[in-house]
Amino acid sequence: MLKDITIGQYFPGTSIIHKLDPRIKIIVVALFIASLFFVVNFTPYIFIVLFIGAVIYVARLPLKFIIKGLKPLVFIILITFAINLFLTKGEVLIELGPLAITKEGLRQSVFMALRLIFLITGTSLLTLTTSPIALTDGIERLLSPFKKVGLPAHELAMMMTIALRFIPTLLEETDKIMKAQMARGADFESGNILSRAKNLVPLLVPLFINAFRRADELATAMEARCYRGGEGRTRLNELKLRSRDYITLAVTIVFFGAIISTRYIG
Amino acid sequence: MIIQLKGLSYVYNPGTPFEKKALDDISLDIDEGEFIGLIGHTGSGKSTLVQHLNGLMKPTAGEIIIDGQSLSDKTTKMKKIRQKVGLVFQYPEHQLFEETIYKDIAFGPKNLGLSEEEIDSRVKRAMELVGLDFEELKERSPFELSGGQKRRVAIAGVIAMKPKVLILDEPTAGLDPQGRDEILDEIKKLYEKENITTILVSHSMEDIARLVNRTIVMHKGKIAMDGTTREVFSRSEELEKMGLGIPQITQFMKKFKEKGHIVREDVLTIDEAKDVILEYLRRKDNA
Repeated sequence: MLKDITIGQYFPGTSIIHKLDPRIKIIVVALFIASLFFVVNFTPYIFIVLFIGAVIYVARLPLKFIIKGLKPLVFIILITFAINLFLTKGEVLIELGPLAITKEGLRQSVFMALRLIFLITGTSLLTLTTSPIALTDGIERLLSPFKKVGLPAHELAMMMTIALRFIPTLLEETDKIMKAQMARGADFESGNILSRAKNLVPLLVPLFINAFRRADELATAMEARCYRGGEGRTRLNELKLRSRDYITLAVTIVFFGAIISTRYIG
Repeated sequence: MIIQLKGLSYVYNPGTPFEKKALDDISLDIDEGEFIGLIGHTGSGKSTLVQHLNGLMKPTAGEIIIDGQSLSDKTTKMKKIRQKVGLVFQYPEHQLFEETIYKDIAFGPKNLGLSEEEIDSRVKRAMELVGLDFEELKERSPFELSGGQKRRVAIAGVIAMKPKVLILDEPTAGLDPQGRDEILDEIKKLYEKENITTILVSHSMEDIARLVNRTIVMHKGKIAMDGTTREVFSRSEELEKMGLGIPQITQFMKKFKEKGHIVREDVLTIDEAKDVILEYLRRKDNA
């Protein structure tokens, strides 16, 4: 049940996309997101789809995995679709009591739903092809210029690393405690909302206690190895930009620049 | 026959790069009143197997029959099965959650929908069976106790459901030697007093040798050996190849025999070894 969550999951591989510098990938995703919000017509979407398709193909990601990642967000996508469908004013096509579907609404709802789907797929491509460690390394390096103005870049990155590192552990633990309580006859699947919430107590109490215990142990273990923040800390794998990174960056800047410009030309 | 497994297989994460076959075509019969030891290297599938026995995991292929009821049958009530097959997980003290020890142990019986009096008597009995003082401890918080005592509270919580089969997944992991001996003695007493079919998952060959009468060895998701404990531990070379060992005393007797002393080598406990050696020395003196 819990292992179905694929958002933020890493899909190991050796493709060129996997090997790209995480900083470049983060910048490309930022460009991707920005250009999505500049797009006003359907035509540039064709290029967005081509871009996503190309990345999936080159990185050899199974399509099933991508679709599975969209599943938990179907509800949000549907709500967005419905709101846009019924609340956009314009030329009425069909009237359903107090609700009316307009021509503009139909266009807008499809447009917004697609935007959301692209947004989710595009960002999940980053996490699918970048290991969490590489990702936080990239974020740390990208944020490090802001250290001068007091931004604790290293600490933020460390917090993210630890948080990401413990997601699978906590999921595993939740699964284990759930099973242990189910072995004692607990029921997490039936009843109304109130009794369901009450039934979660035997799960949440041990989960929190264990999480705090783990945090305490981790802090001790880090201190025992003389961890004292980012000052003067060296790293095992120094990030280094190669020619493929510069080429990728140049190509994507032109590509997304073109997509953004469609807003002003068309 | 209380537990019957037919061609049981389980695959983790099918269709992803993380795919792993954890159980591979396992068939097994367990009779009522048996005391079984389940051993195997880390990742051999022991924990996966025991979680199938009370329906917490669903097999990819194969059938599980508990006390005549098939778990794949839609009409089978899982709660009934979980009452019949009590499973104590590894580090069970991590699942404690109630304010008082009494309430925590009563959680299982309460879920079975029993009356207050019945719950009360079951909690009392369960605490007695694991060696916890009912009057002194019932109102205390389980989080104030020592590690060994917490574990007993957790085990009592499963015993209070009066299972026909009790499965313990490494009940002594992380305990000090004294705590370990106490828990094992209580498991043994429980088996003898209540005649519960017991399955003990363990890494300690000594514990297995001391307690169980049938040993099942798992290796890479398959059953590699299944027989009396004496039989299994007489195949030390095969066990070593699987990354397992034999009890130290059995190892000692083997070496002792290799030195030219004519003794039995299928000895499992120190007491037994003492008798064998004394008898051998007497025999030698007489000759």
